[in-house]
Amino acid sequence: MNDHFYNEVLIDHNLHPQHLHELPCATCSHAGLNPSCGDEITLHLQLENGIVQSGSYTGVGCAISQASADIMLDLIIGRQKEDALHLAELFKKMIAGEISDDELDELEEAGAFQNVSKMPARVKCAVLAWKTLELLLHENG
Amino acid sequence: MNKQDFPIFAAYPDTVYLDSAATAQKPQCVMDAVAQYYAAENANPLRGLYDLSVRATDAYENARTAVRDFIHAASKREIIFTRNATESLNLVAYSWGRETLCRHDEILVAVSEHHSNLVPWQIVSQKTGARLRFLECDKTGTYTEAMLRNALTPQTKIFAIAQISNVFGILNPIREFAEICHKNDTLIVCDGTQSVPHLPVDVQALDVDFLAFSGHKMYAPMGIGVLYGKRELLEQMPPFLSGGEMIEYVQRESATYAELPHKFEAGTVNVGGAVGLHAAIDYINRIGFDKIQQHENRLTALAFEQMREISGVQIIGAPDAAAHHGIITFSVDGVHPHDIAAIFDADRIAVRAGHHCAQPLHQYLGAASTARMSIGLYNDEQDIERFISTLKTVRRRMGYE
Repeated sequence: MNDHFYNEVLIDHNLHPQHLHELPCATCSHAGLNPSCGDEITLHLQLENGIVQSGSYTGVGCAISQASADIMLDLIIGRQKEDALHLAELFKKMIAGEISDDELDELEEAGAFQNVSKMPARVKCAVLAWKTLELLLHENG
Repeated sequence: MNKQDFPIFAAYPDTVYLDSAATAQKPQCVMDAVAQYYAAENANPLRGLYDLSVRATDAYENARTAVRDFIHAASKREIIFTRNATESLNLVAYSWGRETLCRHDEILVAVSEHHSNLVPWQIVSQKTGARLRFLECDKTGTYTEAMLRNALTPQTKIFAIAQISNVFGILNPIREFAEICHKNDTLIVCDGTQSVPHLPVDVQALDVDFLAFSGHKMYAPMGIGVLYGKRELLEQMPPFLSGGEMIEYVQRESATYAELPHKFEAGTVNVGGAVGLHAAIDYINRIGFDKIQQHENRLTALAFEQMREISGVQIIGAPDAAAHHGIITFSVDGVHPHDIAAIFDADRIAVRAGHHCAQPLHQYLGAASTARMSIGLYNDEQDIERFISTLKTVRRRMGYE
């Protein structure tokens, strides 16, 4: 019987994160804090020639914040910095409930968070990783 | 018990409200009293010379008398109306603390304090150079007399502690603590926010120097709170806020201040709130603390004993229900408290998640945040049953097992 509270993608990334670890080869890191919830993640990236060569996150938080960070890293590793920032824009658009179907396809698994646009109390949790990514990339551009 | 007195439960018959430690729901009689005040007695109190203003003044001062009787203060002059407990504690910190403390003095704060009884003292410490020190509890939330005696030094000028912790629910031995403090020439400022709504509080028996509490957690409207202070202390303290109502005589360069309690009640006051608080006190008195305590403690025990049996659920604080006074803070293994609260919300059960405005305590306990259920006099057995049956599903719904 499937009575999971969140959808399978989110539950799975929360229980079995791929990118929750330290990153010794990181060239930059940035901490993100969601004070209302107490979610805290630190994003680590290895940036070379404008490409996200590898990435990870560390920290603690609710399922939404943790799964969002894990899925984000799946999406951006191997991409150009500009592409990563474009996806961050799309993610925020989705949470604001303003995304088109084509744009939603671009977000791949991150589209699993679309319902968060109907959960105002959890918006900050979902966008924490993406906002941290934007800060990190703008500081290291 | 008395659920029918609270219109919100008629509007949301499906909702289980277990967040009374954050704010309590309001009975019809409180809403009626506020409406009646605005319909029939409203004017600016304390200064008007006409009939309506006198009525407003009477309504306000009658509320002060009700508060005095409720907490057994010696005098009405010792009852200061504020917006809430936070403002009351800020009043003490700013007016007494910043005026009195200096370098080499020490402020002792219980580590489990709500931010409202901590942050004002941090600021006083920064401004005056007085050292801020912490009294640490054990893992059950207990502070003993020996712990307090060991922590006090000849420099300790004030000790800040809640009568009931908003995280542990534990009742601190305030009378004994006050005695120990006074032998050391230390004042004690007590946060009564979680105790005053739930058990009889007698400020003279406790012998506290200051007691702060909020109306909204005791079935009164938001925006009305109380500071009790011993008269000789309040007399010596300078005003906190200044302006109208708190003055006696004003010249261009200076003013003399009104007598207590008005010295601390600058500006037009919240008469509607005070009237609501008066009605809430009457309501509590009509039911009686014997009945309230018996009911709330029975529900606390009912929840506590079942929570203990659920695998993966950890209760924070004392191992016996009787020590919890309607507040049970808990965690669920592997599940973040915000996900716990979201699952409860989906089942229309309101519980709190987060650090409960006690971040230093959570750092001390090694937990980023926790979930909390808290009981009011309107809760019943069905509420506890709904809470327990959802709690049993939390781990499964997060993909465990």
